[in-house]
Amino acid sequence: MGVVGKEMQRVDAWGKVTGEAKYSADLEPRDIYHGKVVHSTIANGLVKSFDLEEALKVPGVIKIVTCFDVPDCQFPTAGHPWSVEEKHQDICDRKILNQRVRIYGDDIAAVIATDEVAAARAARLVKAEYEEYEPIVTVEAAMREGATPLHPDIRKDNVIVHSHMTMGPSDFTFEEGLRQAKEQYGEENLVLVEADYDTPRISHCHLELPVSWAYVDVNGKVTITSSTQIPHIVRRCTAQALGIDIGKIRIIKPYIGGGFGNKQDVLYEPLNAFLTMAVGGHPVRLEISREETICSTRTRHAILGRCKGAATKDGKLLARKLDAYANNGGYASHGHAICANCGNVFKDLYQDELGCEVDCSTVYTSSPTAGAMRAYGIPQADWFAECLTDDLAEKIGMDPCDFRLKNCMGEGFVDPANGIAFHSYGLKQCIERGRERICWDEKRKAYANQTGPVRRGVGMAIFCYKTGVYPISLETASVRMVLNQDGSLQLCMGATEIGQGADTVFSQMAAEATGLTFDRVYVVSTQDTDTTPFDTGAYASRQTYVSGMACKKCGQVLRERILEYAAYMLNYAETDLAKTIHGGTVRQAAGRMREALGLSAEDQITAEMLDIVENQVVVTGGAPKLFDVAVVAETSVYSLDRSQHITAEVTNHCKDNTFASGCCFVDVEVDMPLGLVHVKKIINVHDSGILINPKLAEGQVEGGMSMGLGYGLSEEMLVDEKTGRVLNDNLLDYKIPTAMDVPDLDVEFIQLEDPTGPYGNKSLGEPPAIPVAPAIRNAILHATGVHMNVTPMTAQRLTAAFKAQSLI
Amino acid sequence: MLKIVHMTVNGTWRELAVDERESLLDTLRNRLGLTSVKKGCEVGECGACTVLVDGEAVDSCIYLTMWAEGRSIMTVEGLKGPNGELSPIQKAFVEEAAVQCGFCTPGLIMSAVEIVGTGKKYNRDELRKLISGHLCRCTGYEKILDAMERIVEEVYRTVNEEQT
Repeated sequence: MGVVGKEMQRVDAWGKVTGEAKYSADLEPRDIYHGKVVHSTIANGLVKSFDLEEALKVPGVIKIVTCFDVPDCQFPTAGHPWSVEEKHQDICDRKILNQRVRIYGDDIAAVIATDEVAAARAARLVKAEYEEYEPIVTVEAAMREGATPLHPDIRKDNVIVHSHMTMGPSDFTFEEGLRQAKEQYGEENLVLVEADYDTPRISHCHLELPVSWAYVDVNGKVTITSSTQIPHIVRRCTAQALGIDIGKIRIIKPYIGGGFGNKQDVLYEPLNAFLTMAVGGHPVRLEISREETICSTRTRHAILGRCKGAATKDGKLLARKLDAYANNGGYASHGHAICANCGNVFKDLYQDELGCEVDCSTVYTSSPTAGAMRAYGIPQADWFAECLTDDLAEKIGMDPCDFRLKNCMGEGFVDPANGIAFHSYGLKQCIERGRERICWDEKRKAYANQTGPVRRGVGMAIFCYKTGVYPISLETASVRMVLNQDGSLQLCMGATEIGQGADTVFSQMAAEATGLTFDRVYVVSTQDTDTTPFDTGAYASRQTYVSGMACKKCGQVLRERILEYAAYMLNYAETDLAKTIHGGTVRQAAGRMREALGLSAEDQITAEMLDIVENQVVVTGGAPKLFDVAVVAETSVYSLDRSQHITAEVTNHCKDNTFASGCCFVDVEVDMPLGLVHVKKIINVHDSGILINPKLAEGQVEGGMSMGLGYGLSEEMLVDEKTGRVLNDNLLDYKIPTAMDVPDLDVEFIQLEDPTGPYGNKSLGEPPAIPVAPAIRNAILHATGVHMNVTPMTAQRLTAAFKAQSLI
Repeated sequence: MLKIVHMTVNGTWRELAVDERESLLDTLRNRLGLTSVKKGCEVGECGACTVLVDGEAVDSCIYLTMWAEGRSIMTVEGLKGPNGELSPIQKAFVEEAAVQCGFCTPGLIMSAVEIVGTGKKYNRDELRKLISGHLCRCTGYEKILDAMERIVEEVYRTVNEEQT
């Protein structure tokens, strides 16, 4: 391979270090109106009426719209391709503004004003009269007998979806497994662990706020520029929300300042569309503040995992069980899909000799809505699975790394439920490499018998992760390439750049597939649903795999078309085309070629005899070189004989999937009296296939590890159980890691070619965030013998646990 | 009522009419079109809006434009060379792959300008502290620190060579 696999500089880096890369808010026209959302100040109830008198008096206010004004259309917000099967369609459970309030901070009205201050002032003066109900903040309260259903039109109770799955016999139960285990191995030879492992609700904290601006264009088309990962899906959901045709909506997505799944949801674009329509199509901007973003957009699900595990005393895993309870908040968003995904990976990650039983409940509560966030339920699954694994290994008295190597999913694993397989398998190699790099065996011994208040420990966690969503959902991606007269090309991807480096790796793939050099590929970074081919967007670590394959296929088609035209030129080198500006070059090239291949003047030159290598049309095999692609490109456009604009557009309907995997190893120092965990060394090893751009891949992993550190040590949204109100809705009180909280991050890859990826690659974007928190937890266990079953492992939680164990 | 304020912005003397309650962030973005100055929180928590005021890095979202009277403001738009070439700091960010979504980048670069402007040599841990007012959710700071280390080292070496 040529440019694929090389550490090319990001194509957008220049624009981003000069400030010239434009994000949504940077593109607003002058004299735009400012929208401001009015949020409910109760968590559960009904808006009875509004008093807008004071608010309307604020100078600069143009209009106030309320939940009584919006279209009577319930719409979905999940960034999924729309399912044509009704039972698989996303839940339509909200309106643009809601009269039925389900969360504290629900969207009940909106102000449009000439300036931001007026909009904010008026929003504060909007008075709502409510019929108030008891907030149902916890899963426990929401599932209680007789609890008020939050969406009685959709579900008779608050359980959005309940799913049951097994590995092994379809009717497998943990109890039955245990009975068999006792019979087979004898009760005295078994160990049993039973524990609740809990995870927090967290916020994505992309640095760019959700922001959009909208107007109605001269053709009556509602045009929205938005910071989104999923422009084509936003278009469809906005149409559903407004009850208008999809062709009437246009979404433009410029550079975005991070998304991490929050912007894989349709947040405020439908409201923004409604606001501009309410003022005759005048441009209206809608910027959601940091506080609103934390409370009223989406979060990662808090999922409680009630786990059981049984193994033999010589370390054979026999059976496990997970009862997962996901707090989905007030609206379904992606919810139903995420807990099921969590359950799936819990059962896939290990080979239970007898079977595994998983039961998942996703529950509406009157608390902030949970949706997609980097790794889609798997950080929670991994917390459950990897806490349980270490607890089992500890009880057996076996090295947890050996226990994992003995029982983890193996080469050739195929999930019997959905057919997803490891088409390339590097998990065990990752584990071996991590073990070596952290000096596992030496440190497990060295840290074995410590005393004193400050102790060291090493811990690990493994994971697996799918690549895209097939066969659970549709995987489709389209790409267009247009050849310029100078032999360069525009690469137009439906897939989106969200900071992960998509534009750069697609440019590398386009160069690789066409034979043009990297500098001749101009990627069109902005997606515009009026002109960009369809792609579902950036999520599920799918783009390099699904959209990358579309890019490769499109490049191959373009290459064939260039060569077909080149063959035509070469065959007519002596006649018609002699009139063109490149006639001499082509005639000479035809001569060289015929001589080299021993062709007579009458023999036809075909495209199959030709290839493109580094911008040159060459005879297949590399020599002789004939002429630059620019010769073909210019001729094809301007030829008076045969003008043809060489372009290609390809859809890749992907019907494949493959597991990526990897692990994290950490070495920590635990200061017990202070409840502080210092990560002294941390390494992630990833099995993500062949890397398209190793430098960017490393950056992805480092960012994910940092997110994992936050998940393990500091991040948690606190929600008041009485009111449903978020208590830490700002970046001072909600703690994401700063540069001082992140140690040096070590990254390695086991690069094995995956036969199903366009260039041997598989998922990488989300996986790095998965294994860090449980690896830290297991290192704390090693250091202190204390089982931290709830993340984040904050100083408060740690000191309480150490006190309970009389360690301090 | 608007008030008149005078300041030098990226080397150009400016006379501007602004709302006296206006933040420097809003003035730079909305009145001067300097959109490299990013808004991430509006309360001085994230550092995305960092600019230099008389050489000192400040969060422009919590700095009133009126306070800038007579002062010199610099944003990344003012860093490029006369022929549009990148400054060594910008170059280091590009080459060390310190940029992902790019939203924290302009602010971090301005802090880097302040840091290297001291001519002091900082180690990685000191740099961690110096940039801890900038939140980045994409990179884990690793490659940002690589870029900072490199540029601090380069400048320190140049300054010392000039002196010897």
